[in-house]
Amino acid sequence: MLVKRLALGVLTLILLSLLIFLSVEALPGDLAEAILGQQATPENTAAIRRELGLDLPPWTRYLHWLGGVLQGDFGNSLALRKPIAELIAPRLANTLFLTLYTACIAVPIALILGMAASLFRNSYFDRISNITALSAISMPEFFVGYVMIYFFAISGYFPSMASINAGTPFLEKLYLCFLPALTLTLVVTAHMMRMTRAAIINVLALPYIEMARLKGVKSQRIITAHALPNAIAPIVNVVALNLAYLITGVVIVEIVFVFPGLGQLMVDGVKFRDVPVVQATALIFASAYVGLNLLADIISTISNPRLMRQR
Amino acid sequence: MLYLQTFLGFCITIIASIIAAWLFRVLLVRLVGHSTAKFIRTAPLTASFGMLVICMYILCAIFAPLIAPYGEAEILGGGFEPWSSTHLLGTDNLGRDVFTRLIYGARNTVGIAFLITALAFFVGTLLGLYAALKGGIIDQITSRLVDVLMAIPSLIFSLLMLTIFGTSVLSLVIVIAAIDSTRVFRIARAVALTIVHLDYIEAAKLRGERTRYLITREILPNALAPLAAEFGLRFCFVFLMISALSFLGLGLQPPTADWGSMVRDNADLISFGDITPLIPAGAIALLTIAVNFVVDWFLHKASGLKD
Repeated sequence: MLVKRLALGVLTLILLSLLIFLSVEALPGDLAEAILGQQATPENTAAIRRELGLDLPPWTRYLHWLGGVLQGDFGNSLALRKPIAELIAPRLANTLFLTLYTACIAVPIALILGMAASLFRNSYFDRISNITALSAISMPEFFVGYVMIYFFAISGYFPSMASINAGTPFLEKLYLCFLPALTLTLVVTAHMMRMTRAAIINVLALPYIEMARLKGVKSQRIITAHALPNAIAPIVNVVALNLAYLITGVVIVEIVFVFPGLGQLMVDGVKFRDVPVVQATALIFASAYVGLNLLADIISTISNPRLMRQR
Repeated sequence: MLYLQTFLGFCITIIASIIAAWLFRVLLVRLVGHSTAKFIRTAPLTASFGMLVICMYILCAIFAPLIAPYGEAEILGGGFEPWSSTHLLGTDNLGRDVFTRLIYGARNTVGIAFLITALAFFVGTLLGLYAALKGGIIDQITSRLVDVLMAIPSLIFSLLMLTIFGTSVLSLVIVIAAIDSTRVFRIARAVALTIVHLDYIEAAKLRGERTRYLITREILPNALAPLAAEFGLRFCFVFLMISALSFLGLGLQPPTADWGSMVRDNADLISFGDITPLIPAGAIALLTIAVNFVVDWFLHKASGLKD
């Protein structure tokens, strides 16, 4: 079961890379013309094509590209004329920092709120938190971001621009990135809370919970001792899915707060039609997404003995 | 002081919307026929608030030229003029009336989002029902393909596609509709799979009905309720997605008035304590919230949950 899921994950990753690689083949013209732009003459186009290996058949180039990517070589950026790996490394670190920072705030809050909402189901607390969560999910990330800036940055409590670099001390980084992290937290907590609530309510609907209730177990104990252990798998799933969701949310938030991360690099790449950069960043985002989904599946399989023995 | 003011404003807004939602429900119950009225009376206040907002947006979109005081791309003076009686919400970076563009934005942004959702539904539902009905190799191929496409986060995928096809309205519509149709395919196929094994489908097959008849006359009517709820949710996703892309400067292109790009163009004002750029962003949020409220009620009804 586990092996099968892992193999499926790897297969998905390979297909993904193929898809990302092939989509560029659909470009009108090719990379050589894109690099030269206005100065494209038949001679120098042919020269660059040879230099980049564009005269080789697509599958050879694909294997070459994939081999390079696996060794951390993404080729060169067209707009900045630098190795992409150099551009990506510090930005990837920044984006990961922001994502983890957000996760550290959001996960505990969401789990506690979700459990409370399922415990006090249909109470006013549950209803109001449901309405608030639904509203928070519906808001575009940039709206939440600018509202944050309006309330916390203009009054000078926190900076509106999260300009960090590799040399920024850790505590200052936490301070500078507080608003972007808070923005992402608001959006992702709502999702996570609703899913946690749904997961626990699903477990609560099972017969053995009713048995415990009939036995006279207190409702708090039913949640912590009976429902929670069986809800771990769905909850871990929820957390992983939301971290995956965070990966796309980060793109918008990075733009709002001028955060030097991977998302900004990708958006700039799209604007300048810098194909290799977009390819590289898309591959990283997509693999992180696939990886987290895979992780969620694996953890929920491991935590459930029935799934482990299933054929 | 700012916080106190905002808090008071927030409370007043909430109370006002509760009253408006209640009045709107009363109005609706009066206007429509007896059986519909019975249904609407069960709507919670959140849902009737949602319906009220959706109606307002639709009216805005239809009658945009009548409501808006100026032309959509008309340049009327200096940039960033403050709120005044001639320019209700001031002017934007190029000196266009913000209020006018807000009204036209309802037409452009909502209209395109609706178009994309409809397209995604048409393609996704047809393919999904077809795959579920045919089963076998066709089902396997389309499902696996959709699995792979769904493995890429949609924003990332659309950014990649827009790099390749360029940023025009046409490529925007096609790219996002294609990406979203994979999600619709999933749902439609799942819904149809529970239906295709029922006896009346078998009977229709034995009667020798064609695939087209089976899909449109037998399966589709019975899959309509879950698909309708999904349509609302999908619309929200599409709407947020094109707003996000426009905000990044990759969606609807100027001079078309669009809420996402209005936020981006005027974002600098926020640092000076001017809330004008928050209004189009809020307009996006409000519509999505409204649709979600209505869908939530629908799902609650459809799942048969009783409080």
